[in-house]
Amino acid sequence: MRRAGLIPLLCAVALAITAPLAAAEAWSLEQLMHALGKQRSGQASFVERKYLAILDAPVESSGELHFRAPDRLEKITLAPRPESLLLEGNTLTVVRGERRHVVQLSDYREIAAFIDSIRATLAGDRIALERTYAPSLAGTPQDWTLTLLPRDAKMAEVVLRITISGSHAQLRGIEILQADGDRSVMEIVAERAAR
Amino acid sequence: MTRRLLPALLAWLAFVGVSVAVVSQTRFTSDLSAFLPGSPTAEQQVLVDQLRDGMVSRLLLIGIEGGDAATRSALSRELARLLRADAAFGVVANGEAVHRERDQALLFDSRYLLSPAVTPQRFSVDGLHAAIGESVDLLASPLGMLTKSLLPRDPTGEMMQLLERLDGDARPALRDGTWASRDGRRALLLAQTRAAGSDLDAQQEAITKVREAFTSVAQAQHADGARLLLSGPGVFAVASRATIQDEVLRLTLVSITLIVTLLLFIYRSATALLLGLLPVVSGALAGVVAVSLGFGVVHGITLGFGTTLIGEAVDYAIYLFVQSAPAGERTEAGRRNGIAAFWPTIQLGVLTSICGFATLLFSGFPGLAQLGLYSVAGLVAAVATTRFVLPHLLPSGFAIRDVSPLGLQLQHLLANARHLRWGIIALALAAAAVIHVNRDRVWNHELAALSPVPAADQALDLALRSDLGAPDVRHLVVVSGHDAEAALQAAEAVSARLQRLVNEGAIGGFESPALYLPSQATQLARRAGLPEPAELARRLELATAGLPLPAARLAPFVADVAAARERAPLTRADLDGTSFALAVDSLLIPQRDHWIALLPLRAPTDGPFAHAIDPDRVRAALDEAAAARPLFIDLKGESDRLYSGYLNEALLLALAGVAAIVALLGLVLRSPARVLRVLAPLVAAGLVVVAGLVLAGVTLTILHLVGLLLIIAVGSNYALFFDGSEGAAGPAPRTLASMLFANLTTVAGFGVLAFSSVPVLQAIGSTVGPGAILALLFAAILSRP
Repeated sequence: MRRAGLIPLLCAVALAITAPLAAAEAWSLEQLMHALGKQRSGQASFVERKYLAILDAPVESSGELHFRAPDRLEKITLAPRPESLLLEGNTLTVVRGERRHVVQLSDYREIAAFIDSIRATLAGDRIALERTYAPSLAGTPQDWTLTLLPRDAKMAEVVLRITISGSHAQLRGIEILQADGDRSVMEIVAERAAR
Repeated sequence: MTRRLLPALLAWLAFVGVSVAVVSQTRFTSDLSAFLPGSPTAEQQVLVDQLRDGMVSRLLLIGIEGGDAATRSALSRELARLLRADAAFGVVANGEAVHRERDQALLFDSRYLLSPAVTPQRFSVDGLHAAIGESVDLLASPLGMLTKSLLPRDPTGEMMQLLERLDGDARPALRDGTWASRDGRRALLLAQTRAAGSDLDAQQEAITKVREAFTSVAQAQHADGARLLLSGPGVFAVASRATIQDEVLRLTLVSITLIVTLLLFIYRSATALLLGLLPVVSGALAGVVAVSLGFGVVHGITLGFGTTLIGEAVDYAIYLFVQSAPAGERTEAGRRNGIAAFWPTIQLGVLTSICGFATLLFSGFPGLAQLGLYSVAGLVAAVATTRFVLPHLLPSGFAIRDVSPLGLQLQHLLANARHLRWGIIALALAAAAVIHVNRDRVWNHELAALSPVPAADQALDLALRSDLGAPDVRHLVVVSGHDAEAALQAAEAVSARLQRLVNEGAIGGFESPALYLPSQATQLARRAGLPEPAELARRLELATAGLPLPAARLAPFVADVAAARERAPLTRADLDGTSFALAVDSLLIPQRDHWIALLPLRAPTDGPFAHAIDPDRVRAALDEAAAARPLFIDLKGESDRLYSGYLNEALLLALAGVAAIVALLGLVLRSPARVLRVLAPLVAAGLVVVAGLVLAGVTLTILHLVGLLLIIAVGSNYALFFDGSEGAAGPAPRTLASMLFANLTTVAGFGVLAFSSVPVLQAIGSTVGPGAILALLFAAILSRP
């Protein structure tokens, strides 16, 4: 399927493809990954709230997510400060104000944990996902919850649990619980991407 | 044996004795001072100092290839561990965080002295509000993960400021925790030697240490497939020295073997052979002695050139033996007559050569001036030995084989060859036309043209360098001060201008010692801008209004600022044990009576000025910081300009030499027509050689020019012999034979150099080899019957 761009992430076509799966009672990680893997690209908007112990109120940021299979994920934050974050392969480029940081994902495991979980899930890349996390799936195709527990002890010192929820091949939310009790909740709303 | 033998022999022995004494005291050098002009400008001085001792000259770029990524990374760690334990290396970097903890501790503890954002304004209520607000916003970003834990102590984000500034350099990629090339197929390390780049013995030792360490590491890890790649200025310099030494030795042996074989064939006498080498030895000794006395130091380049003089000095003995000792004339008296007959011609030939070389003495390029002095002294000594010592040493009954039959054959050939004269004139005109058409690309104005480093090695160096993001330090701003503090203050003044160029995108970034060690004045000013604890607490109450971060949580910040108010400014000693120590030592350098600070500029990687720094923009920006008297130096441009200046000067001097030769010949020959006839074959030979080189795609360097002067030196003898024998049926058979022999030995001596891989030697060989043959041919063909 090299029709990248024609079938946006989370679009109706994808639902049609995954429809037979929905009909089946069994809903396995294999099937979820398969359904997600069909998505070659797509975009969505997000609102993320971080609940931090040090702050009295959560910090909220919002922007857009762009994904292109197999490994390109762009997170463009529009508020409160413009920031762009591009993950391509192992290279993470962060542009914030005048500054542009280019880092290798493998150098920053803490940041990597967050982004990589989203990317691997979007890509339906079960192998990549299972390399870092122990995944467990609950719910139905219409309303599923994927829980990711870090395998690496060092990463577990930072990230306690990542919970991704969605419907069919559509992600709806990502919640990351940190070891220090801080957590971030991201709501994802699919956009009908321009073709 | 004669009664004049004794004084002559004694004088010669005394000369040899004194020479050996002087040579034994002589300092030989192979460093770059050969390229430093006698009275350098400030820019030129910096250039040479940087090439000799600068941080870049001490870098070793190391690559590891073969095996899998994990193996390469393990090898890199182990190799780095061994090298770090070795005092020969000041720093060994491979991406491991050996200094990171100490670096970050120093940055964090001294953040209020180091951060350029620390001003009284930043600690006002409004400034604090803005800075804290920004830090809170940063928490929304994934980068906030890194700063969250620091927030109570550093709510204004000074640590992030410092890290961002230091992270500005392009860093190599990491694989398995160590540096790797972008394609991931090489592990990379960077080592800096403690020894200066010009200390070639120490460089060689360091290189050997790296190789040995790698071998032992690879063996210990059973990594048979792994290969070590090494590059850097030190590696180049050591390899060049080895190549030049090998080549000079090898080529000298080859040419000596050829010449000895030729001479044995001609003379059929071992005695004659040994005696014939006497002027060569005398000339070489005299040359070294003259340069040693005249310059105080002898460059390797001059010494290498000495080997080439063999081909010229050996000619005089040939003329003496062949022309003065014809078969049957074995008596002293007979020989004296022979000498009297040909000597004036030789004398004039030598004077002509001296005129050519003496002009080089006036060159501002010490390398060239030394060559000039060496040649003049060497020629005079060789000729004097031939004339005043050699005849007395000839044993009675000395004879070489009769060469008259060969001479007669040559005479016959000569008679026929003269028909070709119009052909030669046409050829010379065609050559002149070729040169004229290509006049813009005849001369190579880049110093790199003299570099003996093979292209493959230069390509490897470039690949390692770009993967490492290692500084190539082409553009530098240099400021100075009477002490370190003054130099740092000047660097800070210039930095403000440079930062503006960074913001405009005109330069990608810059380094400065003041980034790591601000001047005491700046540190004190920052410290003075910090409010008292009570006042800070009061302002925080106001500043945090409306922010989700209450002032109560910022007590650690208030305590840290209070401590910072008591903290003494950082000194160089405080940097020990961090990676900043090396950075400061590389960039802040004590000179004899002042200090200089270097600010290397980095070209932007994108934007309208990508990969190219516009010197005019930088100079214009620096003009605004004129009080600090900054120097902007384009090292490559400067070295090319320096060399180009030498080249132009040498061209002028060579022309002056030709004028002197014309004047000399006019004075002696007293006939413009004869002067023309003597010079015509030499000029024609020079034109044809240059045209040939140009057509072969060679661009000429300063050493080709020296080669052209040598053609005149050697060829003038031929032309004068033909000119002197005018009226007769051409030169005597013996004379013709001696010229052929002299020519063969010259070609053997110089021609071999044309096969050298060292550009300096190759240039001389490819000019003089063909040039000597052509000069003889043309002189013969253009001679009048």
